[in-house]
Amino acid sequence: MSVPTTASSGPVVRAEDVRVWYGTERGPVRAVDGVTFDLRPGEILGLVGESGCGKSTLGRGLLGLLPDGAKMDGALEFRGENLLTLSKRELAERRGVDLGMIFQEPLTRLNPLMRISEHFRETLRTHEPGLSKAEMDRRALDVLRRMGIPPTRYRSYPHEFSGGMRQRLMIALALVLRPAFVVADEPTTALDVLVEAQIIRILHDLRREFETSLLLITHNLGIVAEACDRVAVMYAGEIVEIGDARQVFSDPQHPYTRELLRSTISLSTTGLHYIPGAPPDLVEPPPACKFHPRCPDAMQVCATRWPAPVQLPAGSRAQCWAAEERNRLIRLTEDERRPLERRELSVADEA
Amino acid sequence: MASAAQGSLPRYVVQRLLLMIPMIWVVVTVVFLLLRVAPGDPVSASVGGRLSEEELDRRREALGIDRPLWQQYLEYLGDVARFRFGESLSDNRPITSIIIDNGGATLTLTLGAFLVALVIGIPLGLVAGRRRDSAADVGIRLFGITSYAVPVFVTGLVLVLLAGGTGWPTYDIASPITKFQVEPVTHILLVDALIAGDMGAVGDVLQHHVLPCLTLGLLLCGVFIRLVRVNLLMTMKGDYVEAARARGIPERYVVRRHAFRNALVPLITVLGLQVALTLAGAILTERTFNWPGLGTQLVDYLNARDYPAVQGLVTFFAVIVVVTSLIVDIVNALVDPRVRY
Repeated sequence: MSVPTTASSGPVVRAEDVRVWYGTERGPVRAVDGVTFDLRPGEILGLVGESGCGKSTLGRGLLGLLPDGAKMDGALEFRGENLLTLSKRELAERRGVDLGMIFQEPLTRLNPLMRISEHFRETLRTHEPGLSKAEMDRRALDVLRRMGIPPTRYRSYPHEFSGGMRQRLMIALALVLRPAFVVADEPTTALDVLVEAQIIRILHDLRREFETSLLLITHNLGIVAEACDRVAVMYAGEIVEIGDARQVFSDPQHPYTRELLRSTISLSTTGLHYIPGAPPDLVEPPPACKFHPRCPDAMQVCATRWPAPVQLPAGSRAQCWAAEERNRLIRLTEDERRPLERRELSVADEA
Repeated sequence: MASAAQGSLPRYVVQRLLLMIPMIWVVVTVVFLLLRVAPGDPVSASVGGRLSEEELDRRREALGIDRPLWQQYLEYLGDVARFRFGESLSDNRPITSIIIDNGGATLTLTLGAFLVALVIGIPLGLVAGRRRDSAADVGIRLFGITSYAVPVFVTGLVLVLLAGGTGWPTYDIASPITKFQVEPVTHILLVDALIAGDMGAVGDVLQHHVLPCLTLGLLLCGVFIRLVRVNLLMTMKGDYVEAARARGIPERYVVRRHAFRNALVPLITVLGLQVALTLAGAILTERTFNWPGLGTQLVDYLNARDYPAVQGLVTFFAVIVVVTSLIVDIVNALVDPRVRY
């Protein structure tokens, strides 16, 4: 994989201790709970985790697209500028040009009453008011050609395209302004495997053509292995492990990553592996390490003290007492190391 | 999914028009039977109690309403099939000329009511949808429910009371002098006044339209307020609206171009469905304001048990409802690119 050199330029996006919570009647739901990562130019970072772990919330939060009632805190920098202190309007001006987004359901993401050409013109006119109509069309057709959409379809309506084509349209629409950073939120979930491969290919080629940095949210670990430079594993609103994709996949440091990898299905799979229990309640998450009630390696310390993220010698970063101990970064007492007596999971917990 | 592959619009229109034949047959039959089931007949309604029983029977015989029901029914069906709707029994007017003479007043009344309903309903619905659960939203929703729930004649009488003393016209379609002066060409008074170039008459007719159109329009606007509000709430949460935001489209354009436009599409369909409600409301409105339209005529003929007149007018109403729903479908196909027939 040919990652452009990053020595000269700093990260495109830097997130530090980002938190997002929604207010509910029971109290705040901590959907994203202290997430730290950075993204270099042209880099693809995969974000994986179970449903409801905060992946999509984080992706939307990066673009300021959170619903009313959501609050965001921490530091989020785009090319050194803190996005969280911008006004709503200033942030809207960044969207499209600097920060792009590709969504999960391509079928419903285009306005059914507008032609494809109108979508492009609207987008281009918003951010580059000086462009002539001919220039806008030239730009749009250029991106469409790269996505394999023939120019004859430029004046068509969204419903005249197949699902895969619509996702390519959405990508083209996101790329026509050449944003430096794009969040792709499960871009292939609604598509069949052949189209999926095609879309992943396109996303993978983006950095060569546009130098785009990509946050690829998915729950398909195969896609991450194929397309991503680095991977971040999320659990209950925290990034529990982040590092080079190959490194993390070949030598997972966090038990959750390991169990997640074991749960993938391949042709050689004989039995289905799953992680017992359900993702925790984000209103009242478990104390200390949030994974400890489901963790096969849980020790006494895991239920009493929160493991801070630690840079491991292998290069990845994880927040896990067991990983720290294994890498001889700390010494736990005999008491702390004693295996945690697992409470029997009730049927309700399993459900 | 080429649009041409699924039949063409002209073919669809022809199909729909052909479907009208069985529908009108059903309407004619139902109206025919209902009128016969209702107590009384044209003779007893007009001169019952004042003439001897033998004399009444003689008149019934003359009208042919003493014959068996199936004979009368087949005869009437035959006439309708040849577009012969006959004449009214009570005042000997051809049904077609009733429709031509009085239809214009009903037409301008209902069109005016729709205009009022759209002008009031759409903006209020949009405001309510945009500011959900605000005081404005609650107020507008209350207004919508009330205007829909209050009977037309109550709204009408309240408006008449409010207008009383201001000298604003509260009954009929125009002042007698205007009616006398304007030459009937199209039998739509407003158009005739325009053709005559008599601006005084136009103003007079318009003034007379205000209260009845407002009354009927208020009934309709409740429906539109709720519909637009709910649709806007839905489209504002729509995937394409979020996608437009993600492209950095300013919020006001997101709302206007993406949410509003899509919220208004279903309105066209409902507009067509409301035609039946409007005609029903028009009958009451016309009664309240002594409006010389088809509704007033229909009530008179019903009281007179005037079989051919009532049958003819109800059939006409039914045809109007069907034709407008067809027009609505065509308009829908033109507005929404996804709709193809």
